[in-house]
Amino acid sequence: MPAVTETREAVEKLGQSSYKWGFETEIDMDLAPKGLNEDTIRLISARKEEPEWLLEWRLSAFKAWQQMTEPTWAKVKYPPIDYQDAHYYAAPKKKPGPKSLEEVDPELLRTYEKLGIPLHEQAMLAGVELPEGETARPPVAVDAVFDSVSVVTTFRKTLEEAGVIFCPISEAVKDHPDLVRKYLGTVVPAGDNFFAALNSAAFTDGSFVFVPKGVRCPMELSTYFRINARNTGQFERTLIVVEDGASVSYLEGCTAPMRDENQLHAAVVELVAMEDASIKYSTVQNWYPGDENGRGGIYNFVTKRGACRGARSKISWTQVETGSAITWKYPSCILQGEGSVGEFYSVAVTNNHQQADTGTKMIHIGRNTRSTIIAKTISAGQSDSTYRGLVRVLPKAYGARNFTQCDSLLIGDRCGAHTVPYIENRNMGARIEHEATTSKISEDQLFYCRQRGLSEEDAVGLIVNGFCRDVLKELPMEFAVEAQKLLQISLEGSVG
Amino acid sequence: MTQFLDIAGLCARIDADGQEKEILRGVDLSIPPGEVHAIMGPNGSGKSTLSYVLAGREDYEVTAGSVTFQGQDLLAMEPEERAAAGLFLAFQSPIELPGVNNANFLRTAVNAVRRARGQEELDAVAFLKTAREASKALSMAPDMLKRNVNVGFSGGEKKRNEVLQMTLLQPSFAILDETDSGLDVDALRIVAEGVNRLRSPSFSALVITHHQRLLDYLVPDRIHVMAKGRIIHSGGPELAKQIDSEGYTRFLAEAA
Ligand SMILES: Nc1ncnc2c1ncn2[C@@H]1O[C@H](COP(=O)(O)OP(=O)(O)OP(=O)(O)O)[C@@H](O)[C@H]1O
Ligand SMILES: [Mg+2]
Repeated sequence: MPAVTETREAVEKLGQSSYKWGFETEIDMDLAPKGLNEDTIRLISARKEEPEWLLEWRLSAFKAWQQMTEPTWAKVKYPPIDYQDAHYYAAPKKKPGPKSLEEVDPELLRTYEKLGIPLHEQAMLAGVELPEGETARPPVAVDAVFDSVSVVTTFRKTLEEAGVIFCPISEAVKDHPDLVRKYLGTVVPAGDNFFAALNSAAFTDGSFVFVPKGVRCPMELSTYFRINARNTGQFERTLIVVEDGASVSYLEGCTAPMRDENQLHAAVVELVAMEDASIKYSTVQNWYPGDENGRGGIYNFVTKRGACRGARSKISWTQVETGSAITWKYPSCILQGEGSVGEFYSVAVTNNHQQADTGTKMIHIGRNTRSTIIAKTISAGQSDSTYRGLVRVLPKAYGARNFTQCDSLLIGDRCGAHTVPYIENRNMGARIEHEATTSKISEDQLFYCRQRGLSEEDAVGLIVNGFCRDVLKELPMEFAVEAQKLLQISLEGSVG
Repeated sequence: MTQFLDIAGLCARIDADGQEKEILRGVDLSIPPGEVHAIMGPNGSGKSTLSYVLAGREDYEVTAGSVTFQGQDLLAMEPEERAAAGLFLAFQSPIELPGVNNANFLRTAVNAVRRARGQEELDAVAFLKTAREASKALSMAPDMLKRNVNVGFSGGEKKRNEVLQMTLLQPSFAILDETDSGLDVDALRIVAEGVNRLRSPSFSALVITHHQRLLDYLVPDRIHVMAKGRIIHSGGPELAKQIDSEGYTRFLAEAA
């Protein structure tokens, strides 16, 4: 049997049981009745003790959503989603704040343990306050979102001292209402698109970050999303605002249990960068991809957009997408400030029956704006992956520049990879470059590696990591190692 | 007597566009431990095929015969198991691995083999030190370790990189498939020295070549002539000169 066939089969076989985050946690849940209507929205808003303006904002988003239809232009196929057959609010039942690890719901602790979060951090994640100054690992502040609710945010004191606000958005609404009101929906308007409107109407939590003028955030910020409850949609809303000359690096990780039915995830992320500000937003997306027959898995319909409002501001998106049954996601940059910079580095891996339609939009409005797009697509099994990117240069964007590089790597011959670049240039002086390649892991390469003593899996891993290197090197160090492992796992399932 | 390497009646074929093509038609060859043997023969006679079959390439189907390597049934082993057991093949056309850093590749390979052999893995620092010394001994430019495996390497650089890998993997049996082709005179000597440094009672090699000159530097214990998928003649090192001046016509005629 030729090596490639065998690899393909090995990859397929191993891919099936390799989702090691697929456990479910039995925790007492507070669930809203199924379905989405004005009453559900009022209930969510009431549970969150929200101000009137936010309720109104949600309701108008809901009205807009009702008038909208699901977009169909993406190259993804799925049966119609019954939006009335899901719960729009699920939260672990709150007991009075735990004082020590012993008081924390042991199931919740076990979940964090399975996720590989060290005990020290588990304590923090579970909401146990630690003596100040007790930090064994390089500090990463974590906001853990369990189903729709933020469970805990760590390192808040340290951050507060630096002037950085990092908290669940539901709390920000209460504690910093003016800030939230000023920026919420200004990058992704409530009625922007079908899924964004749904999110605006029904979002339950998410993270809020505010970095004031001149402050470099002293540590990486990280949000950890996990869908747990059955039949729930998860709609987080993230808002990050970075003022003049300030900077932040933000990481986002995701998992979900293995389930037969599909679960909907429709998040919105808004970034605002003012003059000379910089935001680095990294995602390692590992939602449950469904089984080898395409049963189950997360439908991930996400709207992520950053506004470079100030001159010389910079927004950089880095994403490693290995999970979800369907990924529909186009992190974008609106380059308004003069000389502002947008970057998009992406690795999208699909295996079995996964479908991914992902890419970016770079909208050049200001003079001398620059954007870089590096998109790496890896397809295996019977999966299908599309890069869809838009580079739009408006008439006043004199001196705008874009460089786009799209590379596809195919493993086996039943998968597909497509590149759909849209270029709309209305400024003759702009320079736009686009390069694309498609390659396959060849039998020759595998045999060469194996002759040198590597297993077939290690060989695939090595070649895939080499293929993704330009993107992986953009990730923060610790994350890069995790991403590398994840790539290997999602392709060959080296973990039993 | 069991030899270090025993090839007996080896037949192999390939499925070329739906047609079965017989390439090896009963190869018999034995190499004692510590010996270097050379194979010469016309283009297309099956020399590279023999090296691929020995290394375990799966598109060749072995239809008859056996190969015993240090007492083990070589043909039953996976390619990476053969590598761990000490078999190394320097490819006639080394393969490019875009994006894969040469040093990283070498270290992954060395540690995979060390793991399989029950040896301790080398850390990055220890490995780099060894790798730098070895590449210097082969007069390789220092940046070769940092570049992607064989990508953009010149023909001669690729061949040297093969010898570098061989040096680091410390095989007990190396097959060098035309490692001398495309090398300038100096490189030829350096590569031959690289192989000579490995020579010991526990190292054997099978050197495939078209040129007598390599064999001046790398004097073989035996030379075999391969034609039409068989070893048709064997002799001492003097055979190289004879082939160089007379060609293969006489051997082919005798075999017919
Ligand atoms: N994959 C293949 N498909 C079709 N024919 C093949 C394949 N591999 C080898 N052959 C054929 O088998 C024969 C032997 O090839 P091989 O490469 O072993 O020769 P060689 O002795 O190494 O030649 P050279 O001296 O030119 O390197 C040739 O006729 C070649 O065309
Ligand atoms: Mg050959």
